[in-house]
Amino acid sequence: MDIPLQAVLSQAMLGLNNGAFYALLSLGLAVIFGMLNVVNFAHGAFYMLGAFAALLGFDYLGRFLGDESLRMSFWAALILGPLIVGSIGVVVEKTMLQRLYKVDHLYGLLLTFGLALIFEGVFTNYFNVSGEPYNGKPEILEGAFDLGFMFFPKYRLFAIVLSLAVCFGVWYLIERTRLGSYLRAGTENPDVTRAFGIDVPMLRTLTYFLGVALAGLAGVVAAPIYSVSPKMGSDLIIIVFAVVVIGGMGSIMGAIVTGLALGLLEGVVKVFYPPLANTVIFIVMALVLLWRPAGLFGKEA
Amino acid sequence: MQAHDLNQTSLNVVRMADSRPNYLPWGMALAVCAAAPFFIYPVFAMELMCFALFACAFNLLLGFGGLLSFGHACFFGGAAYLSGHALKVWGLTPELGILFATAGAAVLGLLIGLVAIRRQGIYFAMVTLALAQIVFFACLQLPMTGGEDGLQGIPKGRLLGLIDLSATVSIGGQQLPLALYFFVLAITFGGYWLIWRTVNSPFGVALKAIRENEARALSLGYRVDRYKLAAFVMSAALAGLAGATKALVVGLASLTDVSWHMSGEVVLMTLLGGMGTLLGPVVGAVTVVSLHHELSSLGSWVTVTIGSIFVLCVLAFRRGIVGEIAHRLKKTF
Amino acid sequence: MQARRKQLALALALALPGLAVAGPISDDVVKIGILTDMSGVYAGVGGKGSVIAAEMAIADFGGKVAGKPIQVVSADHQNKADIGAGKAREWFDTQGVDMINDLLNSGVGIAVQKLGAEKKRITINNGAGSTALTGKECSPYGIHYAYDTYALAKGTATALMKQGMDSWYFLQADYAFGQALQGDAAKIVQALGGKVAGTVKHPLSSTDFSSYLLQAQSSGAKVVGLANAGGDFVNAVKQAKEFGLKQTIVGLLVFDSDVKALGLNAAQGMKFTTAYSWELNPEMEAFGKKFFAKAGFMPTMDHAGVYSSTMHYLNAIKATGTDDADAVMKKMRETPVNDFFAKKGVIREDGRFVHDMYLVEVLKPSESKGQWDQLKLVATIPGEQAFKPLSASECALVKK
Repeated sequence: MDIPLQAVLSQAMLGLNNGAFYALLSLGLAVIFGMLNVVNFAHGAFYMLGAFAALLGFDYLGRFLGDESLRMSFWAALILGPLIVGSIGVVVEKTMLQRLYKVDHLYGLLLTFGLALIFEGVFTNYFNVSGEPYNGKPEILEGAFDLGFMFFPKYRLFAIVLSLAVCFGVWYLIERTRLGSYLRAGTENPDVTRAFGIDVPMLRTLTYFLGVALAGLAGVVAAPIYSVSPKMGSDLIIIVFAVVVIGGMGSIMGAIVTGLALGLLEGVVKVFYPPLANTVIFIVMALVLLWRPAGLFGKEA
Repeated sequence: MQAHDLNQTSLNVVRMADSRPNYLPWGMALAVCAAAPFFIYPVFAMELMCFALFACAFNLLLGFGGLLSFGHACFFGGAAYLSGHALKVWGLTPELGILFATAGAAVLGLLIGLVAIRRQGIYFAMVTLALAQIVFFACLQLPMTGGEDGLQGIPKGRLLGLIDLSATVSIGGQQLPLALYFFVLAITFGGYWLIWRTVNSPFGVALKAIRENEARALSLGYRVDRYKLAAFVMSAALAGLAGATKALVVGLASLTDVSWHMSGEVVLMTLLGGMGTLLGPVVGAVTVVSLHHELSSLGSWVTVTIGSIFVLCVLAFRRGIVGEIAHRLKKTF
Repeated sequence: MQARRKQLALALALALPGLAVAGPISDDVVKIGILTDMSGVYAGVGGKGSVIAAEMAIADFGGKVAGKPIQVVSADHQNKADIGAGKAREWFDTQGVDMINDLLNSGVGIAVQKLGAEKKRITINNGAGSTALTGKECSPYGIHYAYDTYALAKGTATALMKQGMDSWYFLQADYAFGQALQGDAAKIVQALGGKVAGTVKHPLSSTDFSSYLLQAQSSGAKVVGLANAGGDFVNAVKQAKEFGLKQTIVGLLVFDSDVKALGLNAAQGMKFTTAYSWELNPEMEAFGKKFFAKAGFMPTMDHAGVYSSTMHYLNAIKATGTDDADAVMKKMRETPVNDFFAKKGVIREDGRFVHDMYLVEVLKPSESKGQWDQLKLVATIPGEQAFKPLSASECALVKK
């Protein structure tokens, strides 16, 4: 087969770009699952909400307040978006999820599935399925770098770097700080944590906030790349589920590394056999399950 | 243990059902369904039946086996494509086409089941979801499926080579497709009867025992994995039967029926009606499909409504409609 | 909307009101269904605008035909063939809809046209583009009105080949329409001695075209042909710019609404083929302004086609005094269309409505005289050259 190296390299760069999003999303999903035993089906919806927070803040806030010049800049959205989405998450956790910890964990999945439908439906009503482009990309990130083998848009490079930085920041927070040690203890052994007198409900709310805020951040970062649309999260979330299953639930580093690696794999497969690109992650998942049922980085249950 | 929480409420209902071998409800149900096409839009009534059978098949796995599959659409929609292909390209008669598709769904169920039953609970749900996505993309990309357009123009054909299923009978100025309707009715009742028998058979009892306490069942010498796999395959085959029949009714197999939204929809039907009850999924399916139909002009608010029902069911109404009624009835005695 | 819901509920509750008893106008009302994309990538191309166009046609006609009222019903097919066909079936079976217009997605269009043939009702495809509608899938009750993929590809590809753009790479929306458009364009490029370097398919309504565009870039072809439409076209053009693609990007199907969404800066100089644009001549401008007054935006060729074809349909009912599909179809074929949309336009036996097409170019921002002033005419392509000749038709209805 005659495949130019240049094509492989450029698709790999795009794969890395997608992988950074997978990593950010699967990280949040893994954190939530570890602590709450909830498979957060609404994770994709929270990602979408993050993107809409950026869009609404930039294009609609001023119009709503009656002063067109008022805009939430992209940089502000990077901070505020995750906070807004995280707060919605706190409300969800406090009012709904909390009631479900005592019953079968599957109900958590079903509840968040329902929530995802609600969020998606509401935004579809106001913004159509195709959504709107986000015009708030900062001037400084316009244009592209010439990498020799391709032009790579500056913004996408920024997205990769930022996502990786945040991923490793969260990893550091969880593995190296006191708060992290609580979280980790909660992840690995909630009963013991409780016995040590730590406020587990509080910890749970905080965890959900953190996980959901990460999804919100991913959404803000994604807004300038993809059009902001109500369905942007729902298709992505299934892939991220597969990433989490492959990496093994509960492993922070596992989620990050698997996310990146699978993004890359997907990109490279696009060069060699495009029709397989959509499914390669699911096929890897089936193979991993046959070989190591607990996932690559997971411990045997 | 997880499964126990999930299905605690349902067992009594089942016992109530099988302690009274009463054919009156069956007769009444048949009478109602037989009269339906004269009162409601027959195509809609047939779709209702297909979805009801789909939900019952799903419930066999969730309600009686304690396994939440989030990928059941791949059997439902996958079989729709198989029957469509068999009828349109190979020119099989409808009953053979549907049988072929049902068998195909069973094989698919075996393959997916073999991988999926290695995990339990939430993992099982996620694994089935991901594996079903492979089927979805296959349906999207294979040359014979028609991609986004779906497989169109599936002929109705002649039942057993004799009865023209596309024929209509003119009654009161309306053209009613009665032959097709009663064929679908027969399939639905046949499928439902099979599920009813299975639930009340020794196999069904063993399945329930596994659901209640897997470890105990294992220690009692049940080969748990085999039971689970058998239940999975059977559920997949019946879901396929429903999907294949639907494709015949609407003359079209489409991606909607293989997408994960459909998998979620069937979970909702079962949950809303009452999982682990025999009648629940039927009630749930009729409610959800009618809702879609009635609210279709509201656009995306349908999604919001469906999502809200989901949330409500999970938070406050975990027994479902039929489960709740059965529970109340039991209380009064 | 409200009234329609009530009707639907009533129809269900009352076990279907009686239909189609013999008589000049069935049910004493002529019902026109607008089945279109109300919420997806093509909502701007058709959507509410198509309903407005149909309502305008009915109002201009006088609201009544053969002494009976004319009604419009509309629905969103969500670009899904199953939903579209289901809705159409219900309209035919329980609501007595006499004709369905717009359709706007080839997958849906083909499904509904098939159903129309089965139920003997007229279907008019305006928004949908696939030549299969008048080829392999042609129907005695189906009309393909505004444009088709052959005409688009012919107009645009021929013009570019003349400029020496002779190697092409296609990005194709992965469904009936994209297939037809890519197929027709590739054939024309090859027939004129050009080379097709490759094709990549993308799902309808994609948000990320980067990997497809890079594939196009690695191919080294001079032209990247976009065999997609609406939002997909707009996103692909934007991202091509983002990745610094040096090749010429060509939209094979471009609507006025897409140019508007891209902005003249990004779209200037682009050449494409269309059936209507308000800038092209005074008659078209008059319709455009009238539509604008109702809708708040300028019509696309889809909207114009819905208006013109609805008018033609109503005229045929007026002339025959019945809404019987066979009689109306016969009349519509016999009578040429002369209005702002078409001059001496005729419906052929395969269902193709033949009329002139226009090769246009997007203005430079400096040339534009207003926010809707976007295009200029390059050449008029006479109908008999624009569309696929009957002699090459795959339609079984064509006698050769």
